[in-house]
Amino acid sequence: MTEVVIAGIGQTPVGEHWEIPLRDLAIQAMQAALKDSGGLRPQALYAGNMLAASLSHQAHLGVLLADFAGLAGIEAETVEAAGASGGAALRQGYLAVASGLLDTALVVGVEKFTDLIGPDVEAALATASDSDYESVQGLTPTAQAALLTRRYLHEFKVPADGLAGFALNDHANGAGNPNAMFQKPIKLETYQKAEMVSDPLNMFDIAPNADGAAALLLTRPDLLPRKFSNPLVRIAASDTASDTLALHDRADLLWFSAAQLSTERAYHKSGITAEQIDLFEYHDAFPVYAALSLEAAGFASPGTGWKLSQDGTIGLKGRIPCGTLGGLKARGNPGGATGVYQAVEAALQLRAQAGPNQIPDARVALIQSLGGPASTAVTHILERLAGS
Amino acid sequence: MEIARHWRLKSQRYGLVGETCPHCDAKIFPPRDVCPNCGGEAKTSYAFSGKGEVYSYTTIYEAPAGFDETAPYTVALVKLTEGPMVTAQLTDLGDKPVEIGMPVEMVTRRLRSDGDERGMLVYGYKFRPLLSQ
Repeated sequence: MTEVVIAGIGQTPVGEHWEIPLRDLAIQAMQAALKDSGGLRPQALYAGNMLAASLSHQAHLGVLLADFAGLAGIEAETVEAAGASGGAALRQGYLAVASGLLDTALVVGVEKFTDLIGPDVEAALATASDSDYESVQGLTPTAQAALLTRRYLHEFKVPADGLAGFALNDHANGAGNPNAMFQKPIKLETYQKAEMVSDPLNMFDIAPNADGAAALLLTRPDLLPRKFSNPLVRIAASDTASDTLALHDRADLLWFSAAQLSTERAYHKSGITAEQIDLFEYHDAFPVYAALSLEAAGFASPGTGWKLSQDGTIGLKGRIPCGTLGGLKARGNPGGATGVYQAVEAALQLRAQAGPNQIPDARVALIQSLGGPASTAVTHILERLAGS
Repeated sequence: MEIARHWRLKSQRYGLVGETCPHCDAKIFPPRDVCPNCGGEAKTSYAFSGKGEVYSYTTIYEAPAGFDETAPYTVALVKLTEGPMVTAQLTDLGDKPVEIGMPVEMVTRRLRSDGDERGMLVYGYKFRPLLSQ
């Protein structure tokens, strides 16, 4: 199979972009990625997006973005897999280039949340769960995560504030990322005083929905422009797996089976083991997702993932740094863009361009994009090519 | 309005009707015609007793459109006596604190209202604390 490399990366700051329309947001990131690649021209555009049809009344987004970026004529499609839309779009780009059918693919993730507020956003988000048997009961993704969290705390006898470390780690790391939505560390006392949103989840347990776009240009190493000067990052493995859509249909509520399957297959395909991973960009939309993802990826045994947030393991200087540029909580969670942000941030780490948050000599990164409670899990392993 | 969509689900919403697997005897809710336990075809209707216990629960303060009038409300994962788990609101709680393991039973209640005063009212199952053993 053809080797696939990340030739270009681009991102907008994550936040509340009242002044920027959906299409402009995406195009800013796309143009940044094309420029970063040294001027490669994409043969296809894969646009990861979750909710433009409900939040912006805009379907057929891939074509709109290709059109307004001056790329009309190329293949252009939207890829949707709820919160994993960005990871799924990356995988489509990877498949296109790895198969040899295309030379270059542009992947963009974009989401615009802030044109609607409150109940309308909650209703749009709830469309990603089982409409007839979950959302009809008034369930929201946050409430679903609260159900999961309460059971996790109950079964594994996790102490109060046992999951607090995940938000603290994200906020500490967000401080070093100029594109993060929140760039201030928080104290445990601040976390403890936060308002309860859906018990046992408080305000700091919920990654904020925000506007943002990130993009990647994928190609083969032999097609890189002569003036390409960045350290070269390759996609060592790409895999995705599914689980039951509804949380209540799980055989084991407290095991992210799709995350485990896709990670295991990615390890197998690349020959890379958990011990070789230098950083993990997990999909911590809620702290319990972080704990279960660490368990599924083999960094902790079942029921113990929360402990890694308490002992420094996931910190920038820890054994397995996670959410290194703020994670979903502090960088923000721009829906279908999130999975592409993870890839951009991992590429920055592997290129040694991550600024104050740089993991020294980072060579291998694991990134994982989740849709719902890991109903979809898209896993990629990125690796810096030796000698670059 | 989506009248047909809700009408099609009336036996699940009002009667908690699922399926039983003729091969492995697993009880299935919601119906899916394929047994999630053994993979065999499972199309035999089965009405659940409506009894179960709270497996997990939470209270929703920031409700989606269509539910904001009733917020805050409590949603639970209810483990049915026959095996499957369902997501459902808890109701008729009074002063009773909810806890994991609490026995509950199904009742029919209004789930949501669609739109204005001409909008449709959607009814379905909720669960209340078990009245009698």
